[in-house]
Amino acid sequence: MELIFFVLGGVALISGGLVVFQRHPLRSALWLIVNFFAVAGIYLLAHAEFIAAIQIIVYAGAIMVLFLFVIMLLNLRQPEEELRFLHLGQKVGGIILAGFTVLLLIYTITRVALPPGKALPPGLGNTESIAKLLFTDYLLPFEVTSVLLLVAIVGAVVLAKTRLK
Amino acid sequence: MMDYVWLIPLFPFVGFLINGLWGKNLSKNVVGTIGSLAVGLSFLVTVAIFLEFLKLPPGSRHVEKVIYTWMSSGSFQAQVAFLIDPLSLIMLLIVSGVSTLIHIYSVSYMHDDPGFYRFFTYLNLFVCAMLILVGANNFLLMFVGWEGVGLCSYLLIGYYYEKQSASDAGKKAFVVNRIGDFGFLLGIFLIFWTFGSVNFREVFALAAQYPVGAGVITAITLFLFLGATGKSAQLPLYTWLPDAMEGPTPVSALIHAATMVTAGVYMVARCSALYSLAPVSLTVVATIGAATAIFAATIGMAQFDIKRVLAYSTVSQLGYMFLACGVGAYVSGIFHLMTHAFFKALLFLGSGSVMHGLSGELDMRKMGDLKKHMPITYWTFLLATLAIAGIFPFAGFFSKDEILFHSLVDGKIIYWGIATAAAFITAFYMFRAVFMTFHGESRVDHHVAHHIHESPPLMTVPLMILAGLSVVGGFVGIPLIEGAHVFRDFLAPSITPVVHHAAAHPTATFEVGMMLFSMGVAALGIYTAYKFYILMPDLPTIVSEKFPTIYDLIYHKYYVDEIYDTTVVEPIKEGSNILWRQVDEKGIDGVVNGSAGIIAYLSAHLRKLETGFVQNYALAILLGVVVITGYLVGR
Amino acid sequence: MVVPVSYYLALSVALFALGVIGVLIRRNVLVIMMCIEMMLNAVNLAFIGFADYFKAVDGQMFVFFVMTVAAAEVAVGLALIVAIFRNRGTMYVDELNILKW
Repeated sequence: MELIFFVLGGVALISGGLVVFQRHPLRSALWLIVNFFAVAGIYLLAHAEFIAAIQIIVYAGAIMVLFLFVIMLLNLRQPEEELRFLHLGQKVGGIILAGFTVLLLIYTITRVALPPGKALPPGLGNTESIAKLLFTDYLLPFEVTSVLLLVAIVGAVVLAKTRLK
Repeated sequence: MMDYVWLIPLFPFVGFLINGLWGKNLSKNVVGTIGSLAVGLSFLVTVAIFLEFLKLPPGSRHVEKVIYTWMSSGSFQAQVAFLIDPLSLIMLLIVSGVSTLIHIYSVSYMHDDPGFYRFFTYLNLFVCAMLILVGANNFLLMFVGWEGVGLCSYLLIGYYYEKQSASDAGKKAFVVNRIGDFGFLLGIFLIFWTFGSVNFREVFALAAQYPVGAGVITAITLFLFLGATGKSAQLPLYTWLPDAMEGPTPVSALIHAATMVTAGVYMVARCSALYSLAPVSLTVVATIGAATAIFAATIGMAQFDIKRVLAYSTVSQLGYMFLACGVGAYVSGIFHLMTHAFFKALLFLGSGSVMHGLSGELDMRKMGDLKKHMPITYWTFLLATLAIAGIFPFAGFFSKDEILFHSLVDGKIIYWGIATAAAFITAFYMFRAVFMTFHGESRVDHHVAHHIHESPPLMTVPLMILAGLSVVGGFVGIPLIEGAHVFRDFLAPSITPVVHHAAAHPTATFEVGMMLFSMGVAALGIYTAYKFYILMPDLPTIVSEKFPTIYDLIYHKYYVDEIYDTTVVEPIKEGSNILWRQVDEKGIDGVVNGSAGIIAYLSAHLRKLETGFVQNYALAILLGVVVITGYLVGR
Repeated sequence: MVVPVSYYLALSVALFALGVIGVLIRRNVLVIMMCIEMMLNAVNLAFIGFADYFKAVDGQMFVFFVMTVAAAEVAVGLALIVAIFRNRGTMYVDELNILKW
């Protein structure tokens, strides 16, 4: 099991790195899709089948498609020029600070004493368990989220509309 | 009638209000009448109270009438209340009486002045304040009057405010007075602190329990005397009085001869209960009085402005009064105050009449031989000069002689020596003034000479009344004869005498001998003036050239004003300048502007954080997250 | 069998750090948005890891909602990018600095 995890994890990391360091945004988008798939695989390992499916459908299938559409819409042909010394300080500072963030997070994680884990509960499949919680304990966030999606739709339409001449 | 004592200051106050508010629209005659009537009514009320007062037996001659309670705080009370006792009655009579005469005189003298109503407004206010000063029954109300006369003095000296010298003189009077007032206030505070009250009767009663020479009493009396030196123009605060001659002549007559400047003497006499317990203060008073007397007299010898001569004469005579009080002869001091009020007011009014006749000339070198043109003025002026010189039987003789006598018997011989010398000089320079003004050859300018005329009756009648008083005024204080010194007997209940060590009882012969001696001194002074200015008119010039330094010193008033200027005024101005430039502009403004400047500087640099570059902001957010999380985790 | 939770967390941290670097370094607005998505993804991974460890489904609930919000955010964000491109003609974030001092 752990082997699968390492493989998938490695794929995720490498593709993530490539997303950041590729020149062309189109290539970044494609590597991001690979990243999502890898992470979905890891979800499966973690007994989160439903979420893995959702990840592929929503993230890789919808969001990234949207990204690709916009890239194509904006017709970015030439790759972006990278090196601009004007903001060298920003870049260097960013990397250093990201390093600090990593160290901090690792430190935090290792310091925290986790309570002991639980045993596997009987029976229900992943989807059923999620559904059970979703429509009882988390009903309000569910409804609010639907309103949020409505707002997002309206906002996106309004913002991206071409002005009628 | 005594219940209506509050009418006395009220009448002039009403006059002040009427003339002040509507005087501009009223005719000059109405304004003058209102002003004179106000003071005249005060005088009548005073006389009525006086007559009623005489019916009281001598033991109970102390009446207090409370108008209302001004301040009441815990056990301290200050009231607006009047005291009717011999001393205050004498002062009230003098003030209201002489004021009335001067008001009548002013109606004619100030006739051509455009600010006529303003003059009478101020003058009435002054009389009101002076009456409050002498009628008060506690130190606080007296101080109200004290300040009030100071204010009116400033207003009236600077009456011709468009003239730079006049407004400067007004300011000088007020500022120098203020220094004295500071001492006076300290005295009042000390009195309150020591005795818990400011009422005369209570304070004097409590003071009697202190031993002679008690430190706190000495301190109080010295502080009070400082106020007196300011108000009564003694050394070292006399410099304002000669400059005060910039004001109109009736002002000089009223304020700087008869009334305001005598406030200091009145105060010392009123506080005789305190001064008699402080021999040190008495010595100070007498010494300053004697020194001032001779100091001012010497200056008067060399002045050519007739009003300046009279001003220095006033300073000198006030010195006599303080000398009298300083040796314990309070009665003599007040006696001289009264006679001096008569003849000095007369002298000033007379000089005003001369100026009026000469169209405003006041330099004696441009006068002369006015005797035949202005007879009434001449004869009244001469009577007054005889009085001030101390010639029998005029008023000044009795009062001045008494002071000389007491300075010898009750004081030290040096006081007597100085006083006698000053008497000689007084006779000399007063008759110098008479001779230069009225006798000899006429040195009057041509265009003025055509208009020489005697003054109108409204001016000459007060002159004559005052001359009459100068003649008979001394007869209330005839010495030697038992029961004839009505003045002393009347005034005795108000005065606490000094405890003399060994009361030497001089014989009658000694006293008569002293009288003749002082007459002789005065006569010698007159003869010297006669010689210098009538017999040998070149003699003054010769003498002044023979002793140039002395003459120069006297003529320039010993350069006292210049000395004060360099030692006091300039350092204060320098100090104020430094405080202004360095402390206020650089220091305080620097701090305030500097703090604003620092903020401006900081913001000029801090705004560079706003790069408009989103990724910079993202970096900042990340930094914040790392810091906070690090802190929380690391605890 | 069971993957220890620390492995999940380590991977999550690494992905998150990569996302942060991308946000701070890249000039293209679209790439920045993609990196943000990667960060969100990393967080989801952490949640799933914990959900597996505690055997509680609540962690997965959270992921559900995070995904929903991410979707909404992407939609609006891309619409904004389109609007900005139409307005300014540029895709590069360092040219959008009108709010400079």
